Amino acid sequence: MLEFFELFQYKFFTNALLAGLLTSILAGIIGTYIVSRRIVFISGGITHASFGGIGIAYFLGLNPFLGAAVFAVFSALGIEWSAQKAKVREDSAIAILWSLGMAIGIIFVFMTPGYTPNLMGFLFGNILTVTTTDIIVTAIFALIIIAANILFFRPILYTAFDENYASTTGLNVKLIKYSMAVAVALAIVLSIRIAGIILVLSLFTIPQAASMLITKDYKKIIFWSILFGFIGIIAGLSASYFMDIPSGATIIFALISIWIMIRAVIFIKDKLNLK
Amino acid sequence: MDSLISLHNVSAGYEPNQAVLRNINLDIKQNDFIGIIGPNGGGKSTLLKVILGLLPIQKGKLNYAWKNNKHYIGYLPQSNEIDTKFPIKVSEVVLSGIMGSKSYFGKYSKSDKNKANELLDKLGLTEYKNNTIGELSGGQRQRAFLGRAIINKPSVLILDEPNTYVDKHFEGELYNMLSELNKEMAILLVSHDIGTISPIIKTIACVNEELHYHNSNKISEKVLSTYKCPIELVAHGHVPHRVLNQH
Repeated sequence: MLEFFELFQYKFFTNALLAGLLTSILAGIIGTYIVSRRIVFISGGITHASFGGIGIAYFLGLNPFLGAAVFAVFSALGIEWSAQKAKVREDSAIAILWSLGMAIGIIFVFMTPGYTPNLMGFLFGNILTVTTTDIIVTAIFALIIIAANILFFRPILYTAFDENYASTTGLNVKLIKYSMAVAVALAIVLSIRIAGIILVLSLFTIPQAASMLITKDYKKIIFWSILFGFIGIIAGLSASYFMDIPSGATIIFALISIWIMIRAVIFIKDKLNLK
Repeated sequence: MDSLISLHNVSAGYEPNQAVLRNINLDIKQNDFIGIIGPNGGGKSTLLKVILGLLPIQKGKLNYAWKNNKHYIGYLPQSNEIDTKFPIKVSEVVLSGIMGSKSYFGKYSKSDKNKANELLDKLGLTEYKNNTIGELSGGQRQRAFLGRAIINKPSVLILDEPNTYVDKHFEGELYNMLSELNKEMAILLVSHDIGTISPIIKTIACVNEELHYHNSNKISEKVLSTYKCPIELVAHGHVPHRVLNQH
């Protein structure tokens, strides 16, 4: 236990903890929207498409996360738009975008001269590389998301639930949907450092799945998801440090363990109640 | 009397040059109770989308008696259009009908909440108000959506197949309620089951690409065939039975 507290002496660890807290807040709010609206697959497409931006930014010598953000936002808007306008089947469109982004990323990373040491970090995540700038950016974004979701909680909820009805009550459903699409894209990109492109979506879905075992209320799902997300991130992070395994993978295991534990408690409770 | 909503030579559809509805003329006036019937795929739901402003019209004119045209209409969508697993509480669903008269911040006053509670009571949903819609039976869910549609006292109430999943007991209550509501608002009711609704509606609009308005609630196979409105008639009686052509 003492060893665990010694970790706090290290700046990289406190940074990681802060990033974990901010990410669990973001993932709790945005993930509940994703899961409730059943756009998990869309979000997967956005995540992977962002790799194209990372590749191009690498090639041009820019900040990879800027590239990822641009790609993610445009693919999110594109998917939201094509679902309304274009005559493409939505799941096919997502799959195309998904693989196109990855392909662009791979091509540009390979064309970039020299060694690209952080590539593994982008794919699998490395929470220990989080910088103070990352934390400030994430904190600002998290504040905006919290404020927007408190102020416009009901318009967002109603649009997610039944957009046709919301539109007949005079809400600007398009504005809400596109804004949320941008929020989803940016929240995902800001969480890539923690779990990597391949695993990041689980931060937005597993805490929600666990929360939905104990509550069916949108607001409460958000609160529980933030809590479970944070516990999972701390537990995963510590395991990653002591066992020397990439943090993305250990966090996912921690999150799934939470889900299993809650499921088991409910199972036992049901059994006892039956008797 | 002035129309609340009027459609003049309206054509609409989902693809350009492929109208699902052609040259529709319809005036919805105060205290109207119009039953909309027609074959599947004939454009009944499309007509509702046009009236609700969800689908832009391709030709013609669509006028509302009010300027900001939105929250004067209450709407009960077809039950399969809603994700019933969505984590939203019954009370919240009913309250969401007030949204139109609120600012974007959507804070509800005490009187809003009282209104919702009264309505939930009337709909027999008080004990379920903190449940999510997924925990309700199909009929209870329809009642919750009806609550959402009428809480804001709209000028026009639009119902798309409201009797789906509704148990026979509540169906009678639903029709009584609609007759009562009709004193305050015009009602448009889409149904595939003309026999059951004919006692409560006042007029009939048959939609099959075109719209034929029938200024009475009595309808026969003969009338239907002149309207090119091939639907099955189910007679209303103690035991519902199908009316067959002479054979």
